[in-house]
Amino acid sequence: MFPLTEENKHVAQLLLSTGTCPRCIYRFCGVDFHAPYKLPYKELLDELQKFLETEKDELILEVPNPPPKKIRLQELEDGIDGIDNLSQNGEGRISVIEDGSIASKNSNLNVCNVCLGILQEFCEKEFIKKVCQKVEASGFEFTSLVFSVSFPPQLSVREHAAWLLVKQEMGKQSLSLGRNDIVQLKEAYKWITQPLFSEELGVPIDGKSLFEVSVVFAHPETVEDCHFLRAICPDCFKPAKNKQSVFTRMAVMKALNKIKEEDFRKQFPCPPNSPKAVCTVLEIECAHGAVFVAGRYNKYSRNLPQTPWIIDGERKLESSVEELISDHLLAVFKAESFNFSSSGREDVDVRTLGNGRPFAIELVNPHRVHFTSQEIKELQQKINNSSNKIQVRDLQLVTREAIGHMKEGEEEKTKSYSALIWTNKAIQKKDIEFLNGIKDLKIDQKTPLRVLHRRPLAVRTRIIHSMETCYVDEHHFHLYLKTQAGTYPFAFRIAIL
Amino acid sequence: MATEPAAAESTVPSLVDRYFTRWYKADVKGKPCEDHCILQHSNRICVITLAESHPVLQNGKTIKNISYQISTNCSRLQNKVSGKFKRGAQFLTELAPLCKIYCSDGEEYTVSSCVRGRLMEVNENILHKPSILQEKPSTEGYIAVVLPKFEESKSITEGLLTQKQYEEVVVKRMNATTATS
Repeated sequence: MFPLTEENKHVAQLLLSTGTCPRCIYRFCGVDFHAPYKLPYKELLDELQKFLETEKDELILEVPNPPPKKIRLQELEDGIDGIDNLSQNGEGRISVIEDGSIASKNSNLNVCNVCLGILQEFCEKEFIKKVCQKVEASGFEFTSLVFSVSFPPQLSVREHAAWLLVKQEMGKQSLSLGRNDIVQLKEAYKWITQPLFSEELGVPIDGKSLFEVSVVFAHPETVEDCHFLRAICPDCFKPAKNKQSVFTRMAVMKALNKIKEEDFRKQFPCPPNSPKAVCTVLEIECAHGAVFVAGRYNKYSRNLPQTPWIIDGERKLESSVEELISDHLLAVFKAESFNFSSSGREDVDVRTLGNGRPFAIELVNPHRVHFTSQEIKELQQKINNSSNKIQVRDLQLVTREAIGHMKEGEEEKTKSYSALIWTNKAIQKKDIEFLNGIKDLKIDQKTPLRVLHRRPLAVRTRIIHSMETCYVDEHHFHLYLKTQAGTYPFAFRIAIL
Repeated sequence: MATEPAAAESTVPSLVDRYFTRWYKADVKGKPCEDHCILQHSNRICVITLAESHPVLQNGKTIKNISYQISTNCSRLQNKVSGKFKRGAQFLTELAPLCKIYCSDGEEYTVSSCVRGRLMEVNENILHKPSILQEKPSTEGYIAVVLPKFEESKSITEGLLTQKQYEEVVVKRMNATTATS
């Protein structure tokens, strides 16, 4: 069913004659259901022509050939004079030309002046196939995908210009289509392309998917189209630190909302002029959201830092807890990088015994994400077989929330320590008995000097829940402590009188 | 004067020797024998203390009172630091005064920073019990904690004496004294 009605005729005619493609015409006529956009380009053009060629005093346009997939420069050069004539006229009223050949070239818009080819060749099956080939070649494992697309900012400027043109034309007919009835370019683009992606790659499109395919378009030819906005609304274009160009989509949109219609029309042609070339594809990228692996580790070495110990580019100690665990994960998940975190940590020369310290590893941009519990068990075994300095248990895939829970442990759980104490003064068993009776001892700890260079200077109140001693000889005893999380376990003094 | 207790076995290094490097500045501000000892931690933090040859630590000296008010507008006690980067700290140059020590014999001594950096804290315990300064000058009796700039962490010790150099200075002094006596 043809989506346009009688009242759309003038607008459709105007847009087509000034170089706008059928799909963009549908958008500006408020066609908000998917089916019409999905038809092949040639069919859309034919139908549109038929719809428009009913009245005598309207210019009859020959049915043009559908635009070639790759615009060749010569054809464009041939058509340029005619196209220039159109844009100079501002309102785009075409004078009847006796020589039909030029007219047909004019009317056969090559590159849409509004979408710059996005809703022409870039939403058709051939292009989608090309993108999918790249996706498949990237080696990611995925069961769904989210598709994100980025257009050059100058498209917003052209959209605005086309809107002003359409608004003016509708004003003549007192039509009531509002700005919000116009279908957004990105929306229409996704209506057409998402089912094509889904079909080609055999997976559903899911907004929440961790696997993202992103395509970025650019149009170098018209990069300066936005620049006039800076002169009129300079405060929209403040240079931000990490951005290459000050003309971001957000900034351009902001300026377009601010600028007055007269000022805009003075600086930018309405309708927009027809470009020589379509958009270029700046990048096609795939990325997978991070996955998380958690477990507990024991540390049996007194010569192993938790994280790599490198000063001035020189490694001070071989390896680290995080490397011994994460290197294997990095390989198996085929991830780009990792972030290791744990519920507290211990010094280089301290062992971690008992059930082990909870840890979680974020694997960034993993290419492989599906593992059976058997495979995870094998991975754990592999890690444990590769080193006797650490051992891992309860290795499992977890969600991002798990990191939050684990960090709670850092703040809220009780920690247990044991140490061998040497005393300068000779002691007897009875001298240390009293320590066993101390329960919930409150201490105020200032930041120890040894970490003061990297921690704020502060006083923290902490509790030592209990202590237990085990006498060895006149100068040695074992001390077991249960403390509140966040306590520096051996930075307090009790006088043994 | 009580010194720190000797180790049970002479081979056991003290806490100070295990974690700090001792640096010295002799005759600070030109005042004879007013030697300072800077304990530099491996993380570049410096603890300012009096060297054992300092007059205040000699037998027979009694400290009447210690003050951190070094000028009408500046008291080291007002020092407040916040955050990891220790913002708000009083910045010290080598000659910046840390405190004044008033002795019962009328003598007055100024302790200087000897290193450039941010003042972390001054020891308030010696205000309440000045004798700690004399009993445990390298541990509980410290004067102040200073955090040098990261870029300057190596260069701050350039103007200071090593333990060995300091000992030579002390020996020279003693010889000079015996020579004249």
